[in-house]
Amino acid sequence: MDTVIETVGLKRSYRDFDAVRGIDFTVARGELFALLGTNGAGKTSTLELLEGQAVPTGGTVQVLGRDPFRDRAAVRHRIGVMLQEGGFPPELTILETVRMWAGCTSGARPADEALALTGLSDRRKVRVKQLSGGERRRLDLALALLGRPEVLFLDEPTTGLDAQSRRDTWDLIRELKLQGTTVLLTTHYLEEAEQLADRLAIMHKGLIATTGRVADVVAERPSRITFQLPPDRFLGELPPLAPMGVTRHTTENGTVLLETRELQRTATELLTWAHRTGVTLHALDVRSASLEEAFMEIAKGLDNEESR
Amino acid sequence: MTTTASARPVTTAGPVRRGPAARMAALGRAELTLLLRSRAALFTAVALPTLMAFSMRSLVKGLDLAGTGLSMATVLLPGALAMALFFSIYTNLVGVYVTRRESLVLKRLRTGEVRDWEILAGGALPAVVLALVQCVLLAVGLTAVLDAPAPKAPHLVVVGLLAGVALLVIGAALTAAFTRTAESAQLTFLPFMMVSMVGSGLFLPREVLPDAVAGISAWLPFSPVMDLVRGGWTGDLGGMDQARALLVALVWTAAAAAGVRQWFRWGPRH
Repeated sequence: MDTVIETVGLKRSYRDFDAVRGIDFTVARGELFALLGTNGAGKTSTLELLEGQAVPTGGTVQVLGRDPFRDRAAVRHRIGVMLQEGGFPPELTILETVRMWAGCTSGARPADEALALTGLSDRRKVRVKQLSGGERRRLDLALALLGRPEVLFLDEPTTGLDAQSRRDTWDLIRELKLQGTTVLLTTHYLEEAEQLADRLAIMHKGLIATTGRVADVVAERPSRITFQLPPDRFLGELPPLAPMGVTRHTTENGTVLLETRELQRTATELLTWAHRTGVTLHALDVRSASLEEAFMEIAKGLDNEESR
Repeated sequence: MTTTASARPVTTAGPVRRGPAARMAALGRAELTLLLRSRAALFTAVALPTLMAFSMRSLVKGLDLAGTGLSMATVLLPGALAMALFFSIYTNLVGVYVTRRESLVLKRLRTGEVRDWEILAGGALPAVVLALVQCVLLAVGLTAVLDAPAPKAPHLVVVGLLAGVALLVIGAALTAAFTRTAESAQLTFLPFMMVSMVGSGLFLPREVLPDAVAGISAWLPFSPVMDLVRGGWTGDLGGMDQARALLVALVWTAAAAAGVRQWFRWGPRH
């Protein structure tokens, strides 16, 4: 497998703060890798090291087989970067901005092509200061795509976009991936990672809490069934829970929560029992684990560990 | 949104690489567009030097130049050219660098192929061209108005102007490093400009300063520029003096460049 990005023990410290505290991961060619995490988890600090914007305090980073900071001339023309917050002169139009950037980019696409890709063709004559936040993000993306990069770094690419633009951007990212572009993106939208990523790493306080394929990260988490029993019924009347596949159960304010790794079997047995005994389960909710739950639990678990 | 993106085939042989000249030209073009759209910056860069040149005329008229070897023309012409350099390059670029930094433009540019010094130099291009064009127009215009003689050593005028351009571009970047906001950039250019006006002899030739002051002021950053340009007109700057002026200009420019390396920030302070 052709490794495009590799970090080993990567660290980054500011004067009084360790933003990245030793992380290892690899991204293969053509993969889409998502870095997830809450604000301050160290996503952007990590991304800046990968882009060659800063020197690591410790560890190593390689992009396309090179050190992105020291060998910047060998790396820069092969990567595209979209910052979380990048600036453009407010008095230039979109087209002028793209032209300026194209003049600084090897093998740049025609400006019109970049604008068509990001849905900005109709706005080409509009000055940057008149753009909405979402349009500004799309302009930023257009610049990142301008040099037909082999590796694309996107720092929260859809933050501030409306639902339609977000889906359009997802389509575009998928299309680029199909054509072989390696993409590393950060996001705090879990749905975005679920939709796009082949693999992901969840960062928390400068460390990678968990990493793997999206399905695997989710599969590590139990599914959940919640319902309310009628007031004259008790949890003890249910069949024995463990043989049903229930791994954990709680009752809170009359709502029963069952956790299971065999959702279909547990649900079937529960509903069969309810049908047989004529019990109505109010507010019944049956759901598979989601990335969101995985994410929340990992963050919660780590916080508990730290405070211990 | 259409999805007709054609990715570059995965090979190591990339397309034609852009060089520094192409990159700086692209940045310079964008910066020129911005300058033409900013009335305040354009007024400062274009109108002020000419206005100053003509208001200096009455000031110089009142000077006692006897015994200094200078004439109205050899005081006014170099002063006017220096003004053009200061207002078009220094004042203008302090604002440009600070504004681009605070609006995250420099930060965004640094993620691309363009190198740090190309960002600063490319951004300075329109200001430098504008300054040099004004120098030619002012030199021709004032020569005609004052009926002044042509420079006796024109190459020294050229060398002096180029030294001034380098010093003021790098000086503007250094000043920008100590300027927090675009608003304060309207003041922070003043100290160096004032010191240069008085000490380096922009308005008044250093020959009319008291001897002790004149001795020190010869070593100020902009003084060698004035010596070279004025010497180009009078033709009486000796070889040793030329060498010394060049050396002083070089040392100040190198020191300012070192300061830029050390202190220039590419993004806003948090």
